[in-house]
Amino acid sequence: MTAYVVRRLWQMIPTLAGVILLVFFLFKYFGGDPAEILGGLLATPEQIEAIRDQLGLNLPVWEQLWIFVRQIVSFDWGRSWATSEAVSSIFATRLPATLTVMIPILLLEVALAIPLALGVAHVRGTLTDRGIMVLTTVALSISFLVYVIVGQWLFGFTLGWFPVQGWSDSFLVNLTRYAVLPILLAVAVGLAPQLRLYRSFFLDEIGQDYVRTARAKGLTERRILLKHVLRNALIPILTNVAVVLPGVFVGSFLIEVFFSIPGLGREVLLAVNRSDYPVIQAVTIYLAALTVLINLVADVLYKVVDPRVVLK
Amino acid sequence: MSAVIPARPDLAAAVERSPGVWKAAWQRLRHDRVGTVSLAIVCAFMLLILAATLGLVAGDWQRETGVPYAPPTISGADRAQAEQAIEAPKGPLVDLSDVDPLAPRYAEWKDRAAKFQSTEIVKATTLAFGGDRLGRDVLVKAIKGAQVSIFVGLSAALLATLIGTVLGAAGGYIGGKVGDFLEWVYNVFTSIPDILLIFAFAAVFGRGIETVVLILGLAGWTGMYRQVRAEYIKHRTREYVRAAEAIGVSHAARMFIHILPNVSHVILVRLSLLVVGFIKAEVILSFLGLGVPVDQVSWGTMLAEANVELVLGKWWQLAAATAFMATFVTAFSLLTDALRDALDPKLR
Repeated sequence: MTAYVVRRLWQMIPTLAGVILLVFFLFKYFGGDPAEILGGLLATPEQIEAIRDQLGLNLPVWEQLWIFVRQIVSFDWGRSWATSEAVSSIFATRLPATLTVMIPILLLEVALAIPLALGVAHVRGTLTDRGIMVLTTVALSISFLVYVIVGQWLFGFTLGWFPVQGWSDSFLVNLTRYAVLPILLAVAVGLAPQLRLYRSFFLDEIGQDYVRTARAKGLTERRILLKHVLRNALIPILTNVAVVLPGVFVGSFLIEVFFSIPGLGREVLLAVNRSDYPVIQAVTIYLAALTVLINLVADVLYKVVDPRVVLK
Repeated sequence: MSAVIPARPDLAAAVERSPGVWKAAWQRLRHDRVGTVSLAIVCAFMLLILAATLGLVAGDWQRETGVPYAPPTISGADRAQAEQAIEAPKGPLVDLSDVDPLAPRYAEWKDRAAKFQSTEIVKATTLAFGGDRLGRDVLVKAIKGAQVSIFVGLSAALLATLIGTVLGAAGGYIGGKVGDFLEWVYNVFTSIPDILLIFAFAAVFGRGIETVVLILGLAGWTGMYRQVRAEYIKHRTREYVRAAEAIGVSHAARMFIHILPNVSHVILVRLSLLVVGFIKAEVILSFLGLGVPVDQVSWGTMLAEANVELVLGKWWQLAAATAFMATFVTAFSLLTDALRDALDPKLR
């Protein structure tokens, strides 16, 4: 196990090096000139030149790359170009808000989707099953935007059940007051695709031989589903959760924009609109590192869930 | 004694008539009622956007045909707006020319004004599906928006398919060093969450319809690559490919003339999945201001306007954009499902 983890960590290096190269050259050769973005419209050529010197833009490319790598390793990205706030402090202050919204969304989605999908898989082929499938297809074809626009208008503005938007300094107030509507809307929207996906996982398992064996030895349908099918379907479900987990840290930027939640997703979007490269680069690279780590954790968890899995 | 073997014309005909993959799939699709109806809806949309591209419909989407926020005909003219209209003064006319310093010039100005032709534009108080902030017909906007949104979705999906197929074919067929390198590129792209990849591309490439296509295509090819690569690995050692090799067919021809048609059904299904995903992505990007520019209309920019309008009680633009998008995307998704069933060799 330890040897496996060490080797996987070792294999992460080329991937992350690729991410660093991709981000570096993307912004270097396709992005605008940082000095002109920073200098603004009224900068004199001397000022532009001074900024170029300060940022090291006049150095050879490989030296710039080296500075870039040093920034990543030392977690020191300097300051945001737009607000002069330290990039590390942007991370530290925006992440809690994002997690306050996103973790409940993830937990609720999984906790609701698994039993619902198991229920639908239980009545597979019936009118209920087909009805739910048609319903989810239609629900999925409506843009996420529409749900949020209408939900915010209906529950926040018209009915007044929840505040339309807002955020406070207290975690508890945020969680029980401001985050409730965003969480409920996101869960309601996310449920349809999860339900479809998990249902297909369960149906795959129900077609397996061991289910027939379990039936042959007289187990109840309930026991087959809860004991055998559920346990076996956990592997693809785990993979799916691992895929969506990195997204938790950027948050649903749409939710954050709509409800004025000062989270990381909104910050990244603002950075894109302001051409604030340090923030975008830092978020991209750290999220990529996190994604690779989460994939590793998921692979190790397979072993815990399923003893047949051999980690090679 | 020689037995006369009776000729079996019916057998020969049956052998000849054995349908190909595509013909069989088409026949299966035709028997699928849901599939046929969705195909008809998708075709209708395609005709609509073709007509819009040629300027036959919705060419004048920017024309302000109604009053601002003209309501849909079914809900009647906006009474509040009618009441707000300024009434003409009713009192007796008072001659102010003694004290009005501009009075001597009124006649001159009237003459000058008469030299210009002006036409009274009658603006409709209601429109069939309602009007937007400037009084533009939302039905026409939704049609024009369909053209832009579907164009972006289709082109981005084609671009992603092209990248994914070429790289996947190279990775699966050639393998070795090239395959390892492509796997590395794949790992790099998939380790960055999709939305961040899109944001990073958007930050450097700017705005515009072509840019959205480029961004979505560059960010979305990985799934196609993975699947095509797996298919090529499976096919490259099959007998028909070895036979082609034996008669001296070149590598490129084996890759794209022999194997590609045999995996094209997989590509087609994945392509239609991409179209749906990219149409949804375009809508969100345009809403955020990262997609289609403001002088163009797409379903996303319509929803961005609708967000503000809803608070004012003007729901029709939201309804029009949502209805158009939901109809097309549902039909396309169902068509994709039907296509997958029709092309699945296991079900044949």
